[in-house]
Formats: sequence, structure tokens, C-alpha cells
Amino acid sequence: MTIEIKSLTKRYKERAVVDQLSLTIKSGEFFALLGQNAAGKTTTIKMLCGLLPPTTGDALLDGESIVHHQVAAKKKLNISPQETAVAPNLTVIENLLLMGRIYGCSKTEARKRASTQMDVFGLTPRQSSKAKTLSGGYMRRLSVAMAMMSNPKILFLDEPTLGMDVRARRDLWKILNQLKGRVTIVLTTHYLEEVEMLADRVGIMHQGKLRALGTIQDLMYETKKGSLEDVFLEFTEEESL
Amino acid sequence: MKASVFATRNHKEIVRDPVTLIFGMGLPMLLMWLFSVMQKNMPFALYEISNLTPGVIVFSFSFLTLFSGMLLGKDKSSSFLMRIFASPMLARDYIWGYALPLLPIALLQIIFCLLTAVFLGLSFNLSALLMIGVLIVISLLYIGFGLLLGTIFTDKQVGGIFAIFVNISTWFSGTWFEPDMIGGAFQSITQFLPFVHAVHAARSVLSGAYSDVFVPLSIVLGYTVFIFMIATLLFQRKMRGQS
Repeated sequence: MTIEIKSLTKRYKERAVVDQLSLTIKSGEFFALLGQNAAGKTTTIKMLCGLLPPTTGDALLDGESIVHHQVAAKKKLNISPQETAVAPNLTVIENLLLMGRIYGCSKTEARKRASTQMDVFGLTPRQSSKAKTLSGGYMRRLSVAMAMMSNPKILFLDEPTLGMDVRARRDLWKILNQLKGRVTIVLTTHYLEEVEMLADRVGIMHQGKLRALGTIQDLMYETKKGSLEDVFLEFTEEESL
Repeated sequence: MKASVFATRNHKEIVRDPVTLIFGMGLPMLLMWLFSVMQKNMPFALYEISNLTPGVIVFSFSFLTLFSGMLLGKDKSSSFLMRIFASPMLARDYIWGYALPLLPIALLQIIFCLLTAVFLGLSFNLSALLMIGVLIVISLLYIGFGLLLGTIFTDKQVGGIFAIFVNISTWFSGTWFEPDMIGGAFQSITQFLPFVHAVHAARSVLSGAYSDVFVPLSIVLGYTVFIFMIATLLFQRKMRGQS
């Protein structure tokens, strides 16, 4: 379940949105990819999920190339996109079953998985509610639970707590903490306390390049800064000026 | 299998948003009744029920364009399609997944309109039964147009473009008047587009002139295949993240 990113690059004409990105994310690791807006985080995730073809470079997801064996790679991953991505007129359980079935589960297996995910994400009491009637927090939970329906080996979470209130965000953190070690997770977020709470390791992107990589403690030591926020500002300072 | 799972989801999304669905069924029935009343007060035969019914049913299919276009456009506007794109589904699974749930809706439109027509004096016979089959084939053309619009435009844009589409598909269909009443360029455009051929095929089968069905239905089928191919190609481009 490792992710090996090798010189991954995405160019739009002359502009490199992601520039020669190389790193390895270990199996079961909770990895946070940070950066300012337009740093290239979402483009990186889109390439890793097979939603955008890289201009050059490649990535191996559990040994499967995203360029040469895209369908095989896709079977191993799932994504909870930046915006809440649910089918609005389907109930909670129907949304979960849909995802299970699309990934090839039998009806029985999909029901079993849906029941498990509803327990994990605290969705059981709302299982018959249409997704469009859920609060923002519950909708986010459903969105992540849907991503878990395929039992992915690799899970991409693109700003999963964006727009959530403090309590809903902390509730989701608790759930995500339970997934640590079982699934390789790549998280992008602008909430640095979320990273401090969840991430094993951090990568900081700036203008398409990977500027820093390591644990929070490593980066604080390297930059002689007292907080992740200061570390982040240090590595992304150029653009701010 | 994936296409049928996705089709089930799309069917639920459409039928659980009943306002447009009711409108898509109710408006054609209302129009059929209104034009039948008009016919009773007209000195010449323009809107006879046997002539009106196939045209109105084909007109009702323009709502299939709206349903498929809006659903696809909405999925595209939200991140739902992005989530599904990350799955191992193929472009053809998506296209069939969006198209298949609209066929039962097309069948319902046909049945409701036919029941109204029988109530207004149409005799239900073998030709009417055969017309159902021809109309189902024709419905694919309108579903294809919806998929094409939904692939290119957002749900909000589809709503506006539908207003243009429904006008074009109706004016150039020969449902309300024969194109040769205007003639010239109008008639040439009418012959070039598939809508008049769709109405002609349905009218021919209902009137029992089965040998006249083949040519117009072939034109409709040709357009349908072409539009589905374009929609699939554009969809594949979207899946690959190309604009």
C-alpha cells in the first residue's frame, strides 16, 4: 500500500502546476500534503487518482502504475473530494450501497460493508435520510464513508473538514484516527491543527514543488520554528512577499 | 453490471425529483387535449388525433433531453462525478448508466399519451402497438441529445439551452404544421435535422404504412449513433481531465 511518486509533473502550456514531485508514502501512513491555494495539492491528488494524466513522471500505488495500469491502480484507492460528493436524492444507506456495488461487491457484501461504515461514521440513525437533508457535518461523514466502501488500501482526503464547525470537525478527526495504520491516507487541508492531530508526516508544496518533507518535529527542528504554522510560513514565504 | 448499478442510482435520482417528471408527462397530455378541442372547431383536418398523437409523443421526449442533461450536468457541477471517475468504471458504463433509466420513463410517456389519445378517439390496434417500439427507438435520440448537452454544459446552462432545444426540436418536427407550408430554407433545415424524420416514422407506423418507416427511422438511428459516439468521446475526455 505504499505510494511511490516519481518525478510527477503536470504542465499547462509553459506553467508547471506540479513540478518533478518525488516522494514515497509508507504503507499505513497518514500523510498530510500542505500548501497555499494553487500550490498543486489538488492537481497532485487528481493525478494519483487517475483523474488527470501527468505530463511526465509516474506514481506507483501498491506497485500499480497510474500511467500504465490505471484501472488496476483505481481498484486500490478511493477519494473523498474537496466538495461533498454524495447523490442528493439517495438515502445514506443507498449512497453507501451504490459505492460498494460500483466497486464490484455483491449485494450482501455491500450491505455488510455499509452497516460497518455506518457504525464507524455514526450514520446508523440517519441511514434512511436522503443525503440532501443531512447537515454539513453528516454529509462530510457520509462522503468519507462512501470512500471507505471499497475497502481502499489508499484513501485520498481532499480538505475533508472544509466548512465544518468545530465539533463536527473534531468528531471526524476521531473517526479518521481510527483508520490510522489500516489504510494509507493522503490528506490535504488548510487546517494545521488537523495536521498536528492526525498526520504522521507532512509534505509542504509551494508553486508546484515539494519544499519540505518530514515529521512535524523534524521540520520544526530543521527550521528552528516553534509551531507548524511558522514552519509552513517559512517554506511558503516567497509567494507571500 | 456497473452500468446497471449506476443506472439504478440515476433512475432513483430522476423519479425522486417528481416536479419535472410530472411536467414531462402532464404537459404533452394537456397539449393533446387542447389541440383535439381546437380540431373540433376547425373546418379542416390539421390536428386529427391519429396525426397529432405521434408528434406529441415525440415532443414529450424532449423532456428526456432535459432529464438526462440536467442529471449529468448536476453530477458534473458537484464533485459526485469526480468521485465516480476515480472508480474503475469505464466511459461506456457511464453513458449507459445515464441512458438506461430514461427508457422506462419514455415508455411511461408513451403509455400516458396513448391512453389520452384513446380517450380522445384514437383506435388502439396493432399499428399503435408497433408504434410503441418505434417510439422507444426514437427516444434514444432525445436521450443522446441530453447526454451530449450534459457532458458539455453545467446543469444551470442545460436549463437555458433546453428552452432553445425544445423550440428547435418542435418547430422543425412537423408536429404542429407541415414544413412545406413554409418551404424554402426552413424546409431544407427541417429535412436536414432528425426531428421531422422521427415524427414521420412514428406517423407512418401508426397509419399502417410500414414500408414508409424504414428511411426516416434509419435517419433517426444514424443521428442517434452519431450523437452517442460524440457524447462518449467527449465524456472520455472529461474523464481524462481534458477540457
